[in-house]
Amino acid sequence: MIPAAFEYFSPQSVKEAIGLLEKHGDDAKILAGGHSLLPIMKLRLAQPKVIVDIGRISGLSGIKADGQKVAIGALTTHDAIERDAVLKEKCPLLAETAAVIGDMQVRNRGTIGGSAAHADPAADYPAALLALGAEIVAIGPKGTRTIPAGEFFVEMLTTALKPTEIITELRVPVLARGTGAAYQKHPHPASGYAVVGVAAVVTMSGGKCQSAAIGVTGVAGKPYRATAVEKALIGQSLDETTAAKAAAHAAEGVDPQGDLYASGQFRAHLASVYTKRAVLLAASRAK
Amino acid sequence: MKRAVKVTVNGKAYAHEVEPRLLLVHYIRDMLGLTGTHVGCDTSNCGACTILINGRAVKSCTLLAVQAEGASIQTVEGLATDGKLHPIQEGFWEEHGLQCGFCTPGMMLTAVDLLQRNPDPTEEQIRMGIEGNLCRCTGYQHIVNSIQHAARKMRGAAGRATPR
Ligand SMILES: Cc1cc2nc3c(=O)[nH]c(=O)nc-3n(C[C@H](O)[C@H](O)[C@H](O)COP(=O)(O)OP(=O)(O)OC[C@H]3O[C@@H](n4cnc5c(N)ncnc54)[C@H](O)[C@@H]3O)c2cc1C
Ligand code: FES
Ligand code: FES
Repeated sequence: MIPAAFEYFSPQSVKEAIGLLEKHGDDAKILAGGHSLLPIMKLRLAQPKVIVDIGRISGLSGIKADGQKVAIGALTTHDAIERDAVLKEKCPLLAETAAVIGDMQVRNRGTIGGSAAHADPAADYPAALLALGAEIVAIGPKGTRTIPAGEFFVEMLTTALKPTEIITELRVPVLARGTGAAYQKHPHPASGYAVVGVAAVVTMSGGKCQSAAIGVTGVAGKPYRATAVEKALIGQSLDETTAAKAAAHAAEGVDPQGDLYASGQFRAHLASVYTKRAVLLAASRAK
Repeated sequence: MKRAVKVTVNGKAYAHEVEPRLLLVHYIRDMLGLTGTHVGCDTSNCGACTILINGRAVKSCTLLAVQAEGASIQTVEGLATDGKLHPIQEGFWEEHGLQCGFCTPGMMLTAVDLLQRNPDPTEEQIRMGIEGNLCRCTGYQHIVNSIQHAARKMRGAAGRATPR
């Protein structure tokens, strides 16, 4: 399978890339790792006339911690995120999530910016980004803006990004004291994508849950915060029974999507099961 | 419009003009004539097309040749040096790591990346490492044995043999 013909640009700077996006409008598509875009171009589900390969722009990859936040460059690969020592210490949830994406070859190539921008309903990072309250930093013709993860994922394969905007980095908060986090995933046996993936960030105080943030991917058309679960967890001492009771709300208010592998009903069930697991694991890690 | 691409493959420099939509695997097979890199699924799943780019295993059916501009590439043809098999090839030979051999080049290059980063992997780590490579013949056990064989050999060669 061969993609339809296109014109190829490899800009050296973000400014140059934005110029190309402005000039070519809807005909243009950004290329990062290519591990979502190229497969759909090979299937001719996408036939962009212009490819703007941002892979050679320097300064868009790497991980740095500045006080309360860790900034991750958009071109940072899943593999680099999985292995980074700073992230493992300051935001282990993201490293844990990266480690279960696809396979080693996919992680060597795929980028966090590409995954966020693609907004695949079965992608892994979105659950973690929502639970962490991450920020997505994008630059466009009108300058830089910071989009909270909660406003970023709009619909299946649709984000708040404008076609002329480029994600430059993502920011996640440093894990606070007394807080634990975990990502639990039911991978599709063939594709490896998340049938259901749940990220939990839980803060414990005096043996009780003080706050909780639960991000869920795979279940609905877009990733979401399971707010009913979060409410039900607060004030509880977390054990099998209390966690299961709260996790029963995991698919509340959403429309679970079914496919050949898992019906909507089964996905809703899995959401509860994996939410319970993620919550208990996160609570056990809260120190 | 064609684009110039310069790459080093198995230590040899190449320069070509290519269509931007040319996939790296087709560049390697059809333009360089290095047909040891296979096309299995063509949908990024089977790993038969795995090569090393700057030392890292990637699926060359999911990359454009133009994305490899300036890169150092290794394919299965570059594993043996001076007629001597690479330890991973020796492992597949000794432990019967292949039957039809279709998946083998990709398996070996994936294993090389894995062993570079983790010279002493557990069986589970090996199985997770080759998660992106499918084999229809062997049932994987002999592939795992082959990689373990290579790991022992490579640790020995580097003077880092750890007791088992
Ligand atoms: C076999 C296989 C298995 C996979 N399994 C999983 C899995 O289990 N879990 C999972 O989450 N993902 C999985 N993926 C997807 C993978 O994680 C992709 O790497 C990722 O979704 C896209 O990142 P990319 O850098 O490859 O983006 P690309 O494919 O280059 O781009 C994807 C989209 O994002 C846009 N884009 C890219 N970068 C930017 C940017 N900086 N700013 C604005 N727009 C941008 C592009 O225009 C395009 O529309 C899998 C992929 C494959 C091939
Ligand atoms: S041919 Fe590339 S992964 Fe199967
Ligand atoms: S040996 Fe035949 S596919 Fe692996």
